[in-house]
Amino acid sequence: MAISATAASAGLGSPGGVPGVSSPSKGTRLNIGTGFLGAVIGYLVGHWLGNFIASGYQAVQGSGANNVAIVLALALGALGWLTGMGVLSYPIAKLLGHDAPEERPEAGWGRYLRFTLDHKVVGVQYMVGVLLFFFTGGLFAMALRTELLSPTVHLFDPNRYIEIVSEHGTIMMMMATSLVLGPLGNFLVPLMIGSRRMALPRVEATSFWIFISGLMVILTAPALGGFQTGWTGYAPLQTQSNLGMDSYLVGFVVIGTGMILGGFNMVVTIINYRAPGMRWSRLPIFAWSMLATGSILATATPVLAVGLYMGLLDRTVRTANFVNSHGGNAFLWENLFWFFGHPEVYIMALPGFGIAAELLPVFTRKPLFAYRVGAAGMIGVALLSYFVWQHHLFQSGINPDMRPLFMLTTELISIPTGFIYLVGMGTLWRARIRLELPMLFVLALYFNFLIGGLTGVFLSDVPVNVTVHGSFFVLAHFHYTIMGGLVFAFFGGLYYWLPRITGSMMNETLGKIHFWMMFIFFNFTFFPLFIVGLLGMPRRVFEYAPRLQTLNDIATISSYLLGFSFVIFTINFVWSQFISPKPAPPNPWQSRGLEWMMPNPLPFHNFSRIPVILSDPYRYGEPDALPVADFGSEELRPETAGMAVDAAGQPIEKGDA
Amino acid sequence: MARRQSSSPDAVSNKTHTARLMGMWVPLMVVTELVFWFVLQPHIPPGRQSDSAQGQQFDITVLSMIATPVFELVIMYFIYSLLVWRHPKGAPLVDGPPIRSNMKIQTAWMVITSAMVFGAFVFGTYELVVPAGAGGGEGPNPIWKPSGKVLPVQVIAQQWRFTYRYPTLGGFETSQLVIPNHTEIAFHVTSLDVVHNFWAYQLGVKADANPQSDNVAYTHTNQVGRFTVRCAELCGIWHGAMYNYGHVVPRAQFSSWATSTKARLASNTKNLPPFSYAGYVPSANGAAGSFYSPQDKFGPLETYGAATPTS
Repeated sequence: MAISATAASAGLGSPGGVPGVSSPSKGTRLNIGTGFLGAVIGYLVGHWLGNFIASGYQAVQGSGANNVAIVLALALGALGWLTGMGVLSYPIAKLLGHDAPEERPEAGWGRYLRFTLDHKVVGVQYMVGVLLFFFTGGLFAMALRTELLSPTVHLFDPNRYIEIVSEHGTIMMMMATSLVLGPLGNFLVPLMIGSRRMALPRVEATSFWIFISGLMVILTAPALGGFQTGWTGYAPLQTQSNLGMDSYLVGFVVIGTGMILGGFNMVVTIINYRAPGMRWSRLPIFAWSMLATGSILATATPVLAVGLYMGLLDRTVRTANFVNSHGGNAFLWENLFWFFGHPEVYIMALPGFGIAAELLPVFTRKPLFAYRVGAAGMIGVALLSYFVWQHHLFQSGINPDMRPLFMLTTELISIPTGFIYLVGMGTLWRARIRLELPMLFVLALYFNFLIGGLTGVFLSDVPVNVTVHGSFFVLAHFHYTIMGGLVFAFFGGLYYWLPRITGSMMNETLGKIHFWMMFIFFNFTFFPLFIVGLLGMPRRVFEYAPRLQTLNDIATISSYLLGFSFVIFTINFVWSQFISPKPAPPNPWQSRGLEWMMPNPLPFHNFSRIPVILSDPYRYGEPDALPVADFGSEELRPETAGMAVDAAGQPIEKGDA
Repeated sequence: MARRQSSSPDAVSNKTHTARLMGMWVPLMVVTELVFWFVLQPHIPPGRQSDSAQGQQFDITVLSMIATPVFELVIMYFIYSLLVWRHPKGAPLVDGPPIRSNMKIQTAWMVITSAMVFGAFVFGTYELVVPAGAGGGEGPNPIWKPSGKVLPVQVIAQQWRFTYRYPTLGGFETSQLVIPNHTEIAFHVTSLDVVHNFWAYQLGVKADANPQSDNVAYTHTNQVGRFTVRCAELCGIWHGAMYNYGHVVPRAQFSSWATSTKARLASNTKNLPPFSYAGYVPSANGAAGSFYSPQDKFGPLETYGAATPTS
């Protein structure tokens, strides 16, 4: 929504317009353009300021490269972006004691390019944002696979190669934290729990624009010489690395702030904004997964932020927190990083489980099997995730006597993780399985995650970890869990919920080609890498034993075809959502989910009156089951609900609900 | 579960479905286990050049023998479900039986997965503790040590190469890694700059190299031959090129190599800093391994003074 500063818009609507609809003068509307302008101004001011206050602080004597200037430039650039987008207008106005400008409902395309408070708009913004992130990171992945086509002939110099590895890893990890919670969580959770909005719409929208600024900051790294540490950013290599490292440190702080806000908002919403009757035992399993994910996001990320801040101090004002020779300790970073890093792994696994468990009952026409066990499993994974981080450091020499304990906690986590298989296999028993497109992705998740999960047991075993730690085996393992699990679930979720989100179906034939290419070539890309790792190839190397070339080439060529499957997805997405949209029926999958009970397109405030929830959404096969909710006597059509309608047929309400 | 329809899949009882699945899975599982134990085991990395390598080979085999049947059972179940319980495309929508839970199955599932997890934990701990850390880095004060005589070798990692120092043989430092066969070796891994990792692949040894810190890994050599040493922790631009080869040689050959190398490097050895397990500080002026320019007037060298050798 635009932030209008006109007096009229603060009250009863501007003259001449539909009551309640804002039409502020063009000059006051902040959007993505003013955001970019703010970012550039912020960057330049920060750079000047850094050079002004710390002219002698140079990364390498006489090089003119000044970490203070770059850090301030990136930080103020991000701040400038947020200011330019209008994210800060409301808090600033409040701080200065003014009447806060009010964000008004708005129709049209412009709202997607602005700071908009509607959770449905933010969901779509996130969807485009994560896809941008994902495809950017994917291009980096194909570049580094290309380098690995040959063990001896090199496409990139070693520095460029490590930059690409680091960019790929960091972008993908940043993206994956919000891949599902951002678009699907923000869009669907209010619809699923019977709410008109997220609890804190301003926080929600802020988290998205911070997310985008994080991507922009990390993309400045190549221009600053890249960084050589990979996404793990190990110190003291971090301290030694060139200016691109500042992009990593600042970028992760920025996006981490967005992650904390987004996760916090999700938890608050699910706890406080459930409709009457939406007991915990009726909460959709996807909302349970969002609750677990949100709570980890909000509580684990601050630990990373602390580590990043210390790293920034090391690089700018020489505090030597992580430099042993000056009283610091390199282990400190490893602990801080992985204390966040391992919960983050579950941030990237739980949403996938949530989507799979949410879709299964719809395509099997059966209740979700062992619903309580599934929900308890998600909470169990979230809790246990804080007690496993040292399994990344089994060979590091830190706390070696604690290795059996961390082996135990790591293996324990496979019990609640296994619940997702109990839920899935129980639901399939005697089911009426419909192999629709989203169901294919769910089944693929079960296949891929099984391989990812079982190889995790090898990694958790300390003696076996001696061989597989730091090798391509690890890489294949976590790609099987994150890409094989989360990314497959995300695309399954998109095919399933896009008719709800945009009102248009995706093309099924193109979707099936996308699925089969993605599934087959995902496995051909990453399965050989297990073997490559077992045969002794460490991660992040540009040279390897010539005997491993065939396996590496299979992976590389498959990765191109895997990449091509996303081209097909993009063509399908653009064609069937924008060029030739095929209107979807209100409930194309005959789901019992509350989110499908509303007309298409969705009314602005979702529910004209808050429904009373009568049962959980999984009561398939129960002839005398109550409907999922009581919507009151009126249909949810905007016209019958007495809501204002604008020229585009979009319902309008005054103010915020 | 009630038989809701007389059509074929629904007419089949739960017991029959279970029996069919078991009938397919059990023979497959038996074959898999036999193949892993008798056929694949000798070929599983990292080989048998040392005790720790052989231990890892055994552990990987055992875990594979646990994981593969689980994989087979789950995948078989999914394939079976899709074949038997698939709803014909285009047929009118019918709901399945409303099975919401089954306490017996849920309890059995939890008991079995918990038993497997605790089994894996006990097995892993035994395999870690008994063979003196299984070749992994145990930090500066290992509690799981081999009995008997041990040959210490200090592994010094730096960007982007490894050197090796033999403290009990006169303290010479060389870029060749030669160790005797049938001997207990203690690798004391340290770094001069950033975090590296000493991965002697065929020996089944892996330990992070941390600056100013000792990370000990034990192994017992069993076969003569060459082994690969690679850095397994990202250490900067040339991380991918940071590898060399070590050799396990017969004891007599090792003695003669050590004697000749000691003599050859005598003039170098006397210029090396005093030997210390606590780390390796080649110079106190920050010329090697400092992250801040020695001339930097704002740097820690200027602020806190020069780092001193720890021995």
